[in-house]
Amino acid sequence: MKDGKKIFVNGSFLIVESIARAGADTFVGYPITPSNYLYLYSSKRLPLTFHAPDEITTLQWMSGLSATGRLPITATSFPGFALMVESINMAFMMELPMVIILAQRLGPSTGTATCGASGDLLLIRGMISGGYPIPTLAISDFKDCWELPEKAVKIAVNLRTPVILLTSKETAMTNRTFDITSLKEIKKVERKFYSSDETYIPYKPEKNLVPQFLPLSSNKHQIRFTASTHDQKGVLQHSTKEALENSARLYKKIVSNLKDFTFYEYDEDGKENLIVTFDVSSVVSKEAIRELRKEGKKVSLLVAKTVVPIPDIYYEIISKYKKVYVVEENLNGELCEIIFGSKTPDNIVKINSIGKMISIDKIKEEVIKNG
Amino acid sequence: MDKKLLNSNKLPFCAGCGHHLISLNTQKALEKLNIDPLDVILVSDIGCHGIIDKFSNSHTVHGLHGRSVALASGISLGLKNKDKKVIVFIGDGGATIGMQHLLEAARLDIDLTVIIHNNMLYGMTGGQASGFTPKGFVTTTTPEQSKTRNYDICQLALSAKASFVARVITKPDFSDIIIEGLKNEGFSLIEALELCPSYALKMNKNMKLKDILEQIGEKEFVVKNDNYRWEYYKNSTTDLFEKVKILEKKYEHNLKRTFCIQLSGSAGEGVQTAGEVFAYGAVLSGLSVNQRGSYPVTVGVGFSTSEVIISPEKDCTYNVNSPDFMIITSIDGLNVNIEKLKSFKGIVYLDNSLETPKTDAKIIKYDFRKFGAKNSAIFSLLYLLKENKLYPVESFIEGLQITNIKEKVALDKFKEELKI
Ligand SMILES: Cc1ncc(C[n+]2csc(CCOP(=O)(O)OP(=O)(O)O)c2C)c(N)n1
Ligand code: SF4
Repeated sequence: MKDGKKIFVNGSFLIVESIARAGADTFVGYPITPSNYLYLYSSKRLPLTFHAPDEITTLQWMSGLSATGRLPITATSFPGFALMVESINMAFMMELPMVIILAQRLGPSTGTATCGASGDLLLIRGMISGGYPIPTLAISDFKDCWELPEKAVKIAVNLRTPVILLTSKETAMTNRTFDITSLKEIKKVERKFYSSDETYIPYKPEKNLVPQFLPLSSNKHQIRFTASTHDQKGVLQHSTKEALENSARLYKKIVSNLKDFTFYEYDEDGKENLIVTFDVSSVVSKEAIRELRKEGKKVSLLVAKTVVPIPDIYYEIISKYKKVYVVEENLNGELCEIIFGSKTPDNIVKINSIGKMISIDKIKEEVIKNG
Repeated sequence: MDKKLLNSNKLPFCAGCGHHLISLNTQKALEKLNIDPLDVILVSDIGCHGIIDKFSNSHTVHGLHGRSVALASGISLGLKNKDKKVIVFIGDGGATIGMQHLLEAARLDIDLTVIIHNNMLYGMTGGQASGFTPKGFVTTTTPEQSKTRNYDICQLALSAKASFVARVITKPDFSDIIIEGLKNEGFSLIEALELCPSYALKMNKNMKLKDILEQIGEKEFVVKNDNYRWEYYKNSTTDLFEKVKILEKKYEHNLKRTFCIQLSGSAGEGVQTAGEVFAYGAVLSGLSVNQRGSYPVTVGVGFSTSEVIISPEKDCTYNVNSPDFMIITSIDGLNVNIEKLKSFKGIVYLDNSLETPKTDAKIIKYDFRKFGAKNSAIFSLLYLLKENKLYPVESFIEGLQITNIKEKVALDKFKEELKI
């Protein structure tokens, strides 16, 4: 990389280059706007690309590839993601590392393909049957396009799990100038496979509740992957104690390791007003805050990057403020609902928009009116 | 090889279920080929047949209903060396819901041996009719006989160019057919016909598989076709940065603040590329840029808008409250902005062909379409640039050289018209 050199690229470009450097080696995909650039760049960049005939196949091929020790990724949008849900549950249960990049667009249903939105968070939070959280990181700006993919790969590998990397049309398809010398080095995520001579027990957890991984190519140990309720050996059980404990472990595995993947940005200014936001609304929130501060208003900012599960620290931060504004590009506040439940406390102001991006003025108005 | 495939003689199926024969014949075939269970990956579907994985000494993968062939395809594609045999056990139910996966694996000749346990109904869920249930067959959901005909999965697989296809009535020893399937280094489909004693035989007394085949006009057969080879590893991959143009500053701007230009026209008239050219020009003058497109999903129909923010600051803002300039080059571009124009306070550059909309904004009209529709967007931006001197025109022209439209643009005519 040369010094102080500017390029003009979209967010998808940075995401793909970063995730490739982090060790993703295979892309499986089916085209859908606004994830097409991710597909395009991946097919140039990753050693393996497979063109699946649909999104169910996509996730199944990825799962098979993952079981052989590869690190597959895909990119999609809600309609495709919806088709993947059962298979992501399977990969979650089998504990297969992979990254699913979800470039959000305006719903419901097929909605508007070329219009951005942050409308899939509630779906993600509830998508694993049984209420299990699937680790999800939300990209807030171009810097995150570069830095979060590596973290997503790391979580996938270290926790043996599918990970969702959330973005939106407005990041994946927007072009920006970018100084490539400002980019942090991305390191390849190291993978360790089971190497002992002792009998391999596929779902026997280590101290961090994650079982060691062994790809299907072994001819020393028997390996089992199963999506049905199973014991540590990976043998189907109706509801034995060991099997139910194994299922419960999947929950604890994510939650107890959350501190290792808690990513957020907190910019403190006063104790009155706090803007909480994620995804594309983060940049507009920052721009509104910059103007508000120029006008003498004190406003703090919390950009949530880890969005599932919600880290405790968000509550600690939020509890310090009199007024909290939750800014998100959807109809009724999905992050807000995940944090606060269906009934929003009185000191929370929701700032939302669909079909067009929230404006700087709208955020300023709300803060000036309420704060 | 000391181990057999199955770790028990007592398999988890109802007495007399054809699934027994398939498991035992698979074991026999592997034995005859001297294949160690740990060189086998058994991928099982959801259904009665799928419970087998617990009884297998091979590697086992037990996924979702209907998806086993796709899951196994991923495994087969991911294996670095081909010393493992990937075998799929799937029912007629799984083959119905997941048929696409079978056809895809056949088309790509993925190295798998798929054995369809075709008992012509959904066993596990209570004997309901599947897409493989033949006409006249009684199932729990077709108590007065099935009125519809069945899929011929073997013909489907052959149409999808499978390299090995066999239909066989399960019998005590049909291991040679499985052996042939395993030997094929590509996609092998074996449709094994059987009857489910718990449902089918109770409802279709004295039914014989031979008679069913005859009645539906199908036969037992084995076909071996040529294999299809395709290369899916890329020989090399390059860092994306190596392919992207580094934009070094060549010109000086004297912009004091951030500006936003919104260009709206018709899809197919080069609006997005024109926005990119404008953006490149800005970068070559040392500005930072954010460019966002907005258009309907069909690339060549309806409106197309490109919003370009240019800034003298190091990091361009992602958003502005309102653009400073709006350029509208066609009726599609006008229609999509009617609401916005009502309260717009900046300057609007409007094509001569368009009726002046309701707005308080200052309107400047010009014949932007003079050099044809495809030149309208790019010409209008050059016009705006010259009028407002946001950055040097030379920088824009150089920006044009970066894109793939440079040959198509009537640059000389633009220059003449604008006296550049
Ligand atoms: C997506 C989905 N739909 C439905 C089911 C319920 N289901 C479980 S097994 C089965 C049918 C199994 O029939 P078949 O594949 O013919 O196998 P058999 O039981 O006859 O061996 C169905 C429909 C499921 N598990 N998943
Ligand atoms: S229900 Fe039918 S298919 Fe299932 S095990 Fe029993 S006999 Fe076999």
